[in-house]
Amino acid sequence: MKAIRSIFRLNFLNDLQYRSQALAGIATQFFFGFVFIMVYVAFYESGNTDKVPMPLTQLVSYLWLNQAFFSLIYIWTKEKDLISMIKNGNVAYELVRPINFYFKWYATMIAKRVSRVLLRFFPVLLIAYFLPKPFNLMLPSNLETFLIFLLSLVLSTFLVVAISMVLHMITFFTLNEKGVLEIFMSVSEILAGGTIPLVMFPTFLYKIAYVLPFRYTCDLPFRIYTGNISISNATPDIIGSFIWIIVVTLIGYLLTRKALKKAVIQGG
Amino acid sequence: MSFIEVKNISKTFKVAKRGSGLKNGIKSFFKRDYIAIDAASDISFEMDKGEIVGYIGPNGAGKSTTIKILSGILVPDSGTVKVNGLVPWVDRKEYVSNIGVVFGQRSQLWWDIPAIDTFDLLKDMYKIDEKAYEKTKNELISLLKIEDVVKVPVRQLSLGQRMRCEIAASLLHKPKILFLDEPTIGLDAVSKKIVRDFIKKINKEENTTIILTTHDMSDIEALAKRIILIGKGKILYDGTLQKLKNRYGNNKKVVITTQNRLSNINKKGIISHKKNEIGYEFIVDVNILTINEFLKYLGTKIEIEDVDIDNVGIDDVIIKTYEEYDL
Repeated sequence: MKAIRSIFRLNFLNDLQYRSQALAGIATQFFFGFVFIMVYVAFYESGNTDKVPMPLTQLVSYLWLNQAFFSLIYIWTKEKDLISMIKNGNVAYELVRPINFYFKWYATMIAKRVSRVLLRFFPVLLIAYFLPKPFNLMLPSNLETFLIFLLSLVLSTFLVVAISMVLHMITFFTLNEKGVLEIFMSVSEILAGGTIPLVMFPTFLYKIAYVLPFRYTCDLPFRIYTGNISISNATPDIIGSFIWIIVVTLIGYLLTRKALKKAVIQGG
Repeated sequence: MSFIEVKNISKTFKVAKRGSGLKNGIKSFFKRDYIAIDAASDISFEMDKGEIVGYIGPNGAGKSTTIKILSGILVPDSGTVKVNGLVPWVDRKEYVSNIGVVFGQRSQLWWDIPAIDTFDLLKDMYKIDEKAYEKTKNELISLLKIEDVVKVPVRQLSLGQRMRCEIAASLLHKPKILFLDEPTIGLDAVSKKIVRDFIKKINKEENTTIILTTHDMSDIEALAKRIILIGKGKILYDGTLQKLKNRYGNNKKVVITTQNRLSNINKKGIISHKKNEIGYEFIVDVNILTINEFLKYLGTKIEIEDVDIDNVGIDDVIIKTYEEYDL
């Protein structure tokens, strides 16, 4: 446990060094936020929005939250150290440590995501809040909603990292993080609600997205925040998050064991 | 019972092969041919505590595979390994707490931060007691002469500096066994000497058992009395370095400085001679002709101004051995 804490601390400190990277990240997030929001504002102002399942104020907040927490919950954040280690064989060193390989990297990924988001989320939210209507971020309707949103966001982080671990472990077999994995990632990003909330999906896609774990990483927490999912409706989803975390973590753990067992350590 | 017991281990890798060119590339996309490579076949040896063994062989002989099996990273297809009563890949967690590994061609240090921060992380990973850690760390740092080096981000270090930090990192938890996989590769003379002196020292003082692979025969000469020669996955020779040398005659190179010219050299034991700018260079088999007899013989013929005696490089011996086994 102490080791995991130490890994967490070191990664955290390491990432805090990169201030300019964080500034660039914030700028990017603003850019994308505005582009998305302007498209939707135009769409809503064109009239004929009676049947839209999400009012514009909610949608705008959803998009800002998505930008603010992007570095926390984006699924395919590549862990370059891990990937290059698998490719060039440095992973050999990881295997002579008296520490569980899976949980070490799980902790590493969480640490990196948390440190990155801590440097980015606040300015985005703060500025978004003070923007003129209809571009502004609204506050959650009550404290309870906010707390459930936070819980959901924490669970989302664990789930995202569990999914990410599975994907990285596949690299052990393919020795390449591109190709099929990248297609998979763009699809899962859409199914997570990374581009638009799931309620805007056509019915068949909505149904597919609902049986998959991805929506818990993005769609769920932000729709809870905006009030699009009410507190009473959120309970089964929170339980669902827990179950998916356990399932995906287990898959990743077993896959890691299998990968390491048959791993040919690359090179000399 | 020996400290390290390796019995009949074998490991085969399946490697996809393909010919060159587009046509073969496309062909291999649909149907792959695999060839089996015996990285280790029927390898057995034993080691006592505190021994240093040089594990040598040409590239691709199976050295690294054996080291990986011994350090619990790879599981052999067959055979058993017992180290200090533990099976490396079964009791992995307990086992790896007692071993240190240095892979000369890989890095365990964090690239962007000073080595000392990686050391701190390793302390927690190996659950090293704070006091013991401080003591070991300071000892290692001063022995390897890296007082200032450890405070600089690793990416700014030279290879020699980095390698010394790598070695320190592998020894913080005071392992009973140390695996050194080409620890001096690419190092300059000074760094090499520091590393070698250090290895000798911990072997003597901590009684650390050391397995060393290298292509640098001077490493072996400086450190290991016993060598295991491996080729094509098999052990070809296991014994002292001296014995291996003797197999090919115990040759010395003698350089004589002289103004005189030499003619008709004909004595048993002088294997070859050639002229150089200051005099002559001889190869003498000292099992047949001792240096003393050789100099006496030569003294009757020419005026000897200076003598320089050298061991014939072990490299030559190794090359002969490789040739003999067709490696």
